[in-house]
Amino acid sequence: MQPKDALYDAPAPRGRKGMHTLSVLVQNRPGVLARVAGMFARRGFNIESLAVGPTEDPTVSRMTIVVKVEAKPLSQVTRQLDKLINVIHVEELAHNAVERELVLIKVNADAGVRSQILEIADIFRAKIVDVHPEALSLEATGTPEKLGALVDILRPYGIRELAQTGMVAIARGKHTIDDAYLSVVRSEAEIEEAV
Amino acid sequence: MREIKKGTKVTGAQSLIHSLEHEGVRHIFGIPGGTILPAYDPLIDSDIRHILCRHEQGASHAADGYAQATGIPGVCFATSGPGATNLVTGLASAMMDSVPMVAVTGQVNTFAIGGDAFQEADVTGITIPVTKHNWLVMDAHDIPRVINEAFHVATTGRPGPVLVDIPKDVLQNQTEWWYPDSIDMPGYRPRTFGDPREVRTAVELIAEARKPIVYAGGGIIKSFASEELREFCEVTGIPAVTTLMARGSLPDDHELCLGMPGMHGNYTAVTSMQHADLLIALGTRFDDRVTGKLASFAPNAKIVHVDIDPSEIGKNRKVDVGIVGNAKHVIRQLVEEWKRAQPAQSDITQWKAQLGDWQERFPLRYPEESSNGQLLPQHVVDTIGKVTGGDAIFASGVGQHQMFASQYIRFTKPNSWINSGGVGAMGYGTPAGMGAKVARPDEDVWVIDGDGCFQMTCQELATMTTENIPIKIGILNNAYLGMVRQWQELFYDGRFSGIYLSQECPDYVKLAEAYGAIGFRVEHPEEVEPVIEKAQSIKDRTVVIDFRCDPAEKCYPMVPAAASNDDIIMDPRFHAPEFERDD
Repeated sequence: MQPKDALYDAPAPRGRKGMHTLSVLVQNRPGVLARVAGMFARRGFNIESLAVGPTEDPTVSRMTIVVKVEAKPLSQVTRQLDKLINVIHVEELAHNAVERELVLIKVNADAGVRSQILEIADIFRAKIVDVHPEALSLEATGTPEKLGALVDILRPYGIRELAQTGMVAIARGKHTIDDAYLSVVRSEAEIEEAV
Repeated sequence: MREIKKGTKVTGAQSLIHSLEHEGVRHIFGIPGGTILPAYDPLIDSDIRHILCRHEQGASHAADGYAQATGIPGVCFATSGPGATNLVTGLASAMMDSVPMVAVTGQVNTFAIGGDAFQEADVTGITIPVTKHNWLVMDAHDIPRVINEAFHVATTGRPGPVLVDIPKDVLQNQTEWWYPDSIDMPGYRPRTFGDPREVRTAVELIAEARKPIVYAGGGIIKSFASEELREFCEVTGIPAVTTLMARGSLPDDHELCLGMPGMHGNYTAVTSMQHADLLIALGTRFDDRVTGKLASFAPNAKIVHVDIDPSEIGKNRKVDVGIVGNAKHVIRQLVEEWKRAQPAQSDITQWKAQLGDWQERFPLRYPEESSNGQLLPQHVVDTIGKVTGGDAIFASGVGQHQMFASQYIRFTKPNSWINSGGVGAMGYGTPAGMGAKVARPDEDVWVIDGDGCFQMTCQELATMTTENIPIKIGILNNAYLGMVRQWQELFYDGRFSGIYLSQECPDYVKLAEAYGAIGFRVEHPEEVEPVIEKAQSIKDRTVVIDFRCDPAEKCYPMVPAAASNDDIIMDPRFHAPEFERDD
């Protein structure tokens, strides 16, 4: 089913040149985030955003890492990541992957402008999660472009506070990252057996 | 190994020592302290020999030398905090040189971790970048699994050092003995064989090439692929350069061996790569000390790159064919495919004639006499090589002496040249030579050391004497940090800064004697050979020789850092600066 809101699928671009979204399956072990983050720092790769959470398998966590690749090829990032013992699989997601971030915004909203802000929230399908005589707190999800647009339009009212997650993403279609992982393992095994 | 029944009650410490026995460990280099203390008690009942070092850095380099001499993982022990942090240099060196090593460190009690306890340091945190992997064991039951995984990770795939950090209470706690019979590491799948399709493409490129060169690296030694390398070179007729980490992988007296490339490589080895139309890179990583300025390295060469580590393929140099796999197996595949396909090979006789001409015109050379009447370091190293006939294990520190040794010793076999190539850890040679001797007690071990390097780790002389590990250490004593002096002379207008050590202090002969070793001093060229022969005849004690060398002597050829290999500087005493080049 196609999403109804065109804003969700705004074509990526402007400002996202050289960006790649990596979906990384890691063993759910203490210190694994430090290993991943340290590798990026040590090798001079830039993390634009990072989100970690559980998967359907409790022993495995999934990191969604947006990297900006400039001087070195993306394969260097993925291979160095894959080399970490606790990293099970690294997959670059296609540009049409479903990508979402979540933002919480506390914006000035006295009686004079509250209705305007509610209107904006409605356009962006943002939810009002807290109300105060002088401020509203909004929750919105979407692509970085959409959330960027929301922030831009709220800025003139005075954003008092903002908290945003890293991106989480998932490939379109029926295939999963586990399928991709198993196919890599299979092709490796074929080579070992063929010889 | 002592067998104990599954389910037997043991302490974590007993479980650790049994696990090490299970992995076939015979030697441990280490120093005990508060938190690792429990592990030293069951050591008394074990057949494992513990060698008490005098500094943890020495223990780590000894474990590294042990591993480089054999391929068997070296094991070192240290206590928490400073004991563990002293291992870091050794781990970093083993990491860069892909040396299998297992370090076990004590840690403060589990309940004290994070509270800034006495001798606490975040050792797994500190060593993440310098280990292939590390573990903090929080439950005694996990010790066998972790030790099993540690040896598996250290010795398979691209070998490397690992560290297992065990809190004191985990070592003291009771548990039941067990040992895993399989490994469950879904994220770790080392590869063995190359993709046959890539192998076929590589063979086609190799057959087409008119100016091919084999660029053999440390992976040849690590995968025990010397025989395969020789066969590949002989079957294809293609000459090979052997990098600093690969010296001895193809014997220096083999007609297809061109010797060492790189910053202090010989003219032919360096220039052959610059003129090649194909580099067959086997178990090597296009290190900056080999490539010089990358943009002008081997500008006309296509690249076939074989490496066990996928992240090395294309890291520094774009490849035409990249084959992930163990060098030994992939070279075998290449040879088999070559024999099967019987490709029509381009004529490479002209290329080989060109190489032969360079070898004749630009050999490695040193003068008859030094500038001040003292010894020429090249002469000392050359003589050690000749007296031993290359039939010894040679270890070195880092600097001029290391380069002279790599240049002038005629290596005859693999695992006989041991040095800290990637990290370049000064002080590596003496403890590494000691470790090599423990691993291979029937071989003569010669450490070629510098006076700067020797002073960093010479306390291991005490270990050698008390543990009866007799080796030979030749110090090329030129009173300076020689390589730094050379750079200051060449690139800082001879403004010498912070490099003078003194030739007299310490008195190396007295120092040797104080440690129970035998000390000799050689000041005149005619004494060099007889003293080396004398040292060679002493088998029961460590011998330290203070070779008084000319401080002005520089190591040539040289490609300045970040310069192109085309700008190789030859020894001006033999070649005018604008010597004839074949461009």
